[in-house]
Amino acid sequence: MTRTLTAPEAAPGDGPGQPPTQVARRSLLRLFLARPEVGSLLGAVAVFIVFYAVAEPFRQAASFSTVLYASSTIGIMAVAVALLMIGGEFDLSAGVAVITSALTAAMFAFQLSLNVWVGVGMALLFSLSVGFANGWLLIRTRIPSFLVTLSTFLMLQGLNVAMTKLITGGVATDSISDMDGFASARLVFASSFQVGGFTVRVTVLWWLLFVAVATWVLLRTRIGNWIYAVGGSADSARAVGVPVHKVKIGLFMTVGFAAWFSGMHLLFAFNTVQSGEGVGNELLYIMAAVIGGCLLTGGYGTAVGAAIGAFIYGMTKQGIVYAGWDNNWLMFFVGAMLLLATLINAWVRRQTSRR
Amino acid sequence: MIRNRRISIPFALTASAVLALTACSSEGGRQEQEAGGGGAADTPRLTIAMVTHAAPGDTFWDLVRSGAEAAAAKDNVELVYSSDPEAGNQANLVQNAVDQDVDGIAVTLAKPDALESVVGRAADAGIPVVGLNAGIDHWEDMGLLEYFGTDEHLAGTAFGERLNEVDAQKALCVIHEQGHVALETRCSSLAEEFDGESETLYVDGQNMPDVRSSITSKLQEDSEIDYVATLGAPFAMTAIDSVAEAGSEAAVATFDTNEELVGAIQSGDVEWAVDQQPYLQGYLAVDGLWLYSTNGNVSGGGTEPVLTGPSFVDQDNIDDVAAYAEKGTR
Repeated sequence: MTRTLTAPEAAPGDGPGQPPTQVARRSLLRLFLARPEVGSLLGAVAVFIVFYAVAEPFRQAASFSTVLYASSTIGIMAVAVALLMIGGEFDLSAGVAVITSALTAAMFAFQLSLNVWVGVGMALLFSLSVGFANGWLLIRTRIPSFLVTLSTFLMLQGLNVAMTKLITGGVATDSISDMDGFASARLVFASSFQVGGFTVRVTVLWWLLFVAVATWVLLRTRIGNWIYAVGGSADSARAVGVPVHKVKIGLFMTVGFAAWFSGMHLLFAFNTVQSGEGVGNELLYIMAAVIGGCLLTGGYGTAVGAAIGAFIYGMTKQGIVYAGWDNNWLMFFVGAMLLLATLINAWVRRQTSRR
Repeated sequence: MIRNRRISIPFALTASAVLALTACSSEGGRQEQEAGGGGAADTPRLTIAMVTHAAPGDTFWDLVRSGAEAAAAKDNVELVYSSDPEAGNQANLVQNAVDQDVDGIAVTLAKPDALESVVGRAADAGIPVVGLNAGIDHWEDMGLLEYFGTDEHLAGTAFGERLNEVDAQKALCVIHEQGHVALETRCSSLAEEFDGESETLYVDGQNMPDVRSSITSKLQEDSEIDYVATLGAPFAMTAIDSVAEAGSEAAVATFDTNEELVGAIQSGDVEWAVDQQPYLQGYLAVDGLWLYSTNGNVSGGGTEPVLTGPSFVDQDNIDDVAAYAEKGTR
């Protein structure tokens, strides 16, 4: 628990944030229960039980594969968004940034008739620079991330449509499925394979890998310490020599990286991309991180939690379809399930902090 | 080759718009090319506003706009296009056009109540207003000059009939925007006409992985579904993947077309598309206003809508459509 070194005491208004020094003294069980993601884990179990009980198709392996896929497409972004939230900021441009990346890759490769991997590379550069611009603007202007990234969100939204129209003459990209490199790129970003009758989508593997890497960085590296410190209190962190600006810019660029990855998945899974998509998805990523135990105020949370948050969303969204519940109520059920998961999450944390 | 030709379309449109803006002669150059060699109209220059409820970056609405631009280029019209999916914002855009004292307004009535007062103000200002795409039940009451579009009810019914013809048993109607009146009408009219069973499924149209996994889930849940009906071309393309993933036997058919869908119909992945010819809607709306201003014509006599669909695009006629789709006009 390297983060105990620098994680700050939660302010009284922060609710479930725990003074980590107490955590260290607890028994193993309490230590486990006090982890930020445990509440969401119980929430996930509850949601799973509900759908396992009411939806017969939910019990089949094929369905679970679909649920995992739905979760992974939200989850890949949620991991990066969670890291950023732990660092005390958030990113409203994350939803359309995914589409921007996909559009960049598709248009670059198509218009110049290049191997699609070149487009993929350009998209990565562009996504990282969008992340860099977000972080740099935040630091240089001292405008809150809400406003900086809201501006980026709107600008990217306009850019997506306008540039696509300007370059392709339409508002969707041309299909690149017959171009060089498409097959190998698809293998990397959007393939699937069978393991004993169970379809594994490559996005699920990448998702798990990203969660593992993020967890390792958070818990085992100095950078992880810095992220918690910066999110807890940027001033104190600066006072003890943490490079606050670099950490924040790096976190925004991490979101840029995830947006690039998700964008590549969209492109190679669906061949063309409509330039108006993506709006509203940023809230799903933030939601997954919050359900997973990240505090909106920063300095607290885990990557595993964000993954569980995404999983809860995936189970709920698909579970309702499997259960055959009345469709008009879909979003209501999604909202109610999420509230339930969040409440269980908060309750568990209250219980552990009371003892 | 294909690529070059496609770049030249926006370029030609922009160029003709620039030419028009600088009030050049109304003949010769790219403008003439745009008009198919027939020469542009030499009528006085008009300004026409088109205000739709389109969300940005949607392939369907791009076709509407292309049609409107083509008609504008031919008719010596300056087209002012704007759109906003929020009804209140759309009303503001119409008001904006009234304030500019344009020579005509083409408007979609997806949410007629919100537009009623502002359309009335246009009438008070003596600006002719035509409807397109949405509002077939309201345009006449609201005093619009004429209407160009399809009857969503007719389109849904035609789809249902076709399902009966192919002896479908259970259809899944996929709505990509919950609460959208026209989309709901398509599915309910389909259900009305269809002898088999039909069910609707709501998906998040802004999030393709969600569309894909939700349709997959539904097909896994209900193996009796033998037809998936999507309400937009991009969703049909995704539904093809879902059917394969779910190991389902279901066929895919859709409302509306776009360039990519043409290939899917040619290869048989999508059985048919009910086409409402968005290009035609945009074209006729502008051309209708021009005809009214220059010659006093009123299509449909002001009492009957001018229908642009439903027509079917399937393997029988796909090759005729394909060439136009490649140009971005179908």
